[in-house]
Amino acid sequence: MARFLLAMMFAVSINCFAAIDAYPFPDEQLQQRYDGLIAELRCPQCLNTNLAGSDAMIAQDLRREVHRMLLDGHTDDEILAFMHERYGDFILYRPRLGAGTLVLWLGPLLLLVLAGLVWFRLAHAQPEVLAINTEEQARLDKLLKDGGV
Amino acid sequence: MTFNKSLLIPLGVFALLVVFLALGFRLQNPHLLPSVLIDKPFPEFELKDLRETGLLRTVADLTGEVSLVNVWATWCPNCLVEHPELLRISRETDLPIYGVNYNDDNEKALGWLARHENPYEFSVVDDKGTLAIDLGVYGAPETFVLDTRGVIRFRHVGPVTPEVWRETLLPVVEHLQGISGG
Repeated sequence: MARFLLAMMFAVSINCFAAIDAYPFPDEQLQQRYDGLIAELRCPQCLNTNLAGSDAMIAQDLRREVHRMLLDGHTDDEILAFMHERYGDFILYRPRLGAGTLVLWLGPLLLLVLAGLVWFRLAHAQPEVLAINTEEQARLDKLLKDGGV
Repeated sequence: MTFNKSLLIPLGVFALLVVFLALGFRLQNPHLLPSVLIDKPFPEFELKDLRETGLLRTVADLTGEVSLVNVWATWCPNCLVEHPELLRISRETDLPIYGVNYNDDNEKALGWLARHENPYEFSVVDDKGTLAIDLGVYGAPETFVLDTRGVIRFRHVGPVTPEVWRETLLPVVEHLQGISGG
């Protein structure tokens, strides 16, 4: 049984590797940039998978395109701009600062400032003074002085 | 008792949440990406004609008239769904429809057109998906409406059903034809 399970595990993992297309690169550095780019670009057909992790046809095409552009000597920024021009903000996992993404970038900062304000107000709040009339005050004094009614 | 204004804070937060969620749910299909190519010229290309592979088609072949450019493939089930409607449009209107045969096999594509009829003026062979990438296509079918100068004016992702044609594409086409006619 254990042997069977082990065999199954290998069968599955071999399938996974078979899905990954290996592109040859002349040097290690280019390979690393490729790995970085396909990890950072989102597959346009999937809601939350990067190009590296997707088996969709468009992801395969875009990986081939990234490979081609790297070999052609394009910089990472040029490749990201190429993708952004065609697929918009969606394809970048780190969205650029723009009108549509402003709330993403400034939202957390805004929340932090808001939280700071609330904290400040709470920390510096005056203890509430309860108003009592003179008759009640006299009774209170008496209670404190005599220790009894 | 005086009114404590800080009681309004949760209400404000709740209202904000409602606004965000309302916006979020209004984008009903998260698969629909906004196209960045609207009002940009159709990308340059030089691709073989599906029928006469000796013939190279370029973007110049798409200009002159308001037209539809339809990205299709034999592996795409929704392309078969929209096919009758494309055929109807090609028969009943004089709107030219151009096909981009995307990541497909020529033999299969020609067989498919022979079996189901051909609504396209011509199709280009985009077997490497390069034109599709330039168009920001992420699936098939997708349909673009081009104006007379070959500028992309509208993009529809998914099958062109009779409803889509009547309610979405036809008004755009008529508007563009009206501009160029008058």
